[in-house]
Amino acid sequence: MLKSINPAGSELLGKSLATGAALIAIVSTITIVIFISIKGLSTFTAYGVSIKEFLFSANWLPDRPPGEGGPQVGVLAFIFGSVIVSMLAVLLSAPLSVTCAVFIVEIAPFWGQRFLQPAIELLAGIPSVVYGYIGLSVLVPFIRDNIGGLGFSVLAGFLVLSVMILPTIVSILTDSLKSLPREYKEAALALGSTRWQAIRLVLIPAARSGLVTGVVLGLARAFGEALAVQMVIGNTRKIPTSILDPVITLTSAITMDMGNTPMGSLWNNTLWSMGLFLLLMSFFFILVVRYGVRKGGISR
Amino acid sequence: MAQVKISVSNLNLHYGDFHALKNVNLEVEENQVTALIGPSGCGKSTFLRTLNRMNDLIEGVKVDGEILLDGQNIYRQEEDVVSLRKRIGMVFQRPNPFPMSVYDNIAYGPRIHGTKNKRKLDEIVEKSLRAAVLWDEVQDRLYKSALGLSGGQQQRVCIARLLAVEPEVLLMDEPTSALDPLATMKIEELIQVLKKDYTIIIVTHNMQQAARVSGVTAFFLNGDLIEYGVTESIFTKPTDKRTEDYITGRFG
Repeated sequence: MLKSINPAGSELLGKSLATGAALIAIVSTITIVIFISIKGLSTFTAYGVSIKEFLFSANWLPDRPPGEGGPQVGVLAFIFGSVIVSMLAVLLSAPLSVTCAVFIVEIAPFWGQRFLQPAIELLAGIPSVVYGYIGLSVLVPFIRDNIGGLGFSVLAGFLVLSVMILPTIVSILTDSLKSLPREYKEAALALGSTRWQAIRLVLIPAARSGLVTGVVLGLARAFGEALAVQMVIGNTRKIPTSILDPVITLTSAITMDMGNTPMGSLWNNTLWSMGLFLLLMSFFFILVVRYGVRKGGISR
Repeated sequence: MAQVKISVSNLNLHYGDFHALKNVNLEVEENQVTALIGPSGCGKSTFLRTLNRMNDLIEGVKVDGEILLDGQNIYRQEEDVVSLRKRIGMVFQRPNPFPMSVYDNIAYGPRIHGTKNKRKLDEIVEKSLRAAVLWDEVQDRLYKSALGLSGGQQQRVCIARLLAVEPEVLLMDEPTSALDPLATMKIEELIQVLKKDYTIIIVTHNMQQAARVSGVTAFFLNGDLIEYGVTESIFTKPTDKRTEDYITGRFG
């Protein structure tokens, strides 16, 4: 026979467990933010680097002695690299994702939900080092031999990223297309729309908040991805002039140099500042999704 | 008797193994309001949806028999369903304006059917909203989302959206079941105005509504069309016992 549990006691236990778990989540978020801020801000407070120089200068000479014009820690090339690679990845991935999601939900639900959707979801589970490795051993030589340049390039970087963020955008968009009331489609068809008109003019616009959310989260994922990108972009600290040029991103610069620079040095601190910048960017993306999208979804 | 707009003969509809409509024969007069009544699940909505072939969307539905619209079978092989639906429009149970502005909702139909000219679209939008007796209420907020309107207004947006494609027949599937009494009254008044120009077929749960708005009433039960005729006589001296039981509230 079951032992009778004091209901008030078990209520209290459950409540404190849930509260404890919530507190851990909140405390760790706050401490991470504080930690990165302290480390990241010391570039500006302890070393007196101006935020303007940090953000808008492309002169990266962190180990040059003062007599020879250094040290300079402008990270514009890194920011530019991150932005260009992520944006191009989203530009390629978004239309592809819309097509996949429409196929899954509207065109061929049977095949789509049985084969295409699991296949796309599987993409999300592949470790990023595998993407990097495939990019390195297939994509980079392919670009070098058939298109030109070294192979390590903006092109290789955003191609790899666009596949990596595809599942994010597709799954959010699929959910939001599925959650549309059936009546939208019926109303569109009852007015004499073809299926394609109903999809293009009613269903996709109606799911646009899902599309924006997916694109922003995809962009955030692309922005934060380090490993796979680092393996295929060549990591040259210069602003690229063509998509066949090598490039460097914030994340790849951090992972490359974090282990090689003494703690507390200007160079090391600048890497923390870049980390802080990434953190602020992801806050920004989250804000866009939480407030921008929701407002846009309800009234126009 | 007025001109016959739609003539249904020996219509059967199977949904998988379920025989949902059994040998229905019915003639719908032009510029008349025909009400379809009957208890839930009797096939009245299913019947309505055979008329603009909305049942085509549902897998496993098999229709046989004939439905003639102006003498042409709408189930013939070469029938163009898209232009059929332009001629036979539909208003749904729940108001379902698209999540876009009132203007874009009304202009949707004309746009997909090829009207691009902005002035022409403006004209159509105003004319349709006036025809749906909604113009005065929404003329200041044409470019705001239609989802911000009340339920009754939304339903009239849907009616206006339908009128904008200039259909000949309006199918209404319990158009007031989600609305409050005042909004219901407005829709009923609108139906009285619209019947001058359109042939209207309305499914309703509400027998008073059928009595108020329709000229002809058809009573469905378990997929059979039990009886149809002039509304007044259906409600005052039904010939079938089951019709009498239903309208006197003994079941349903």
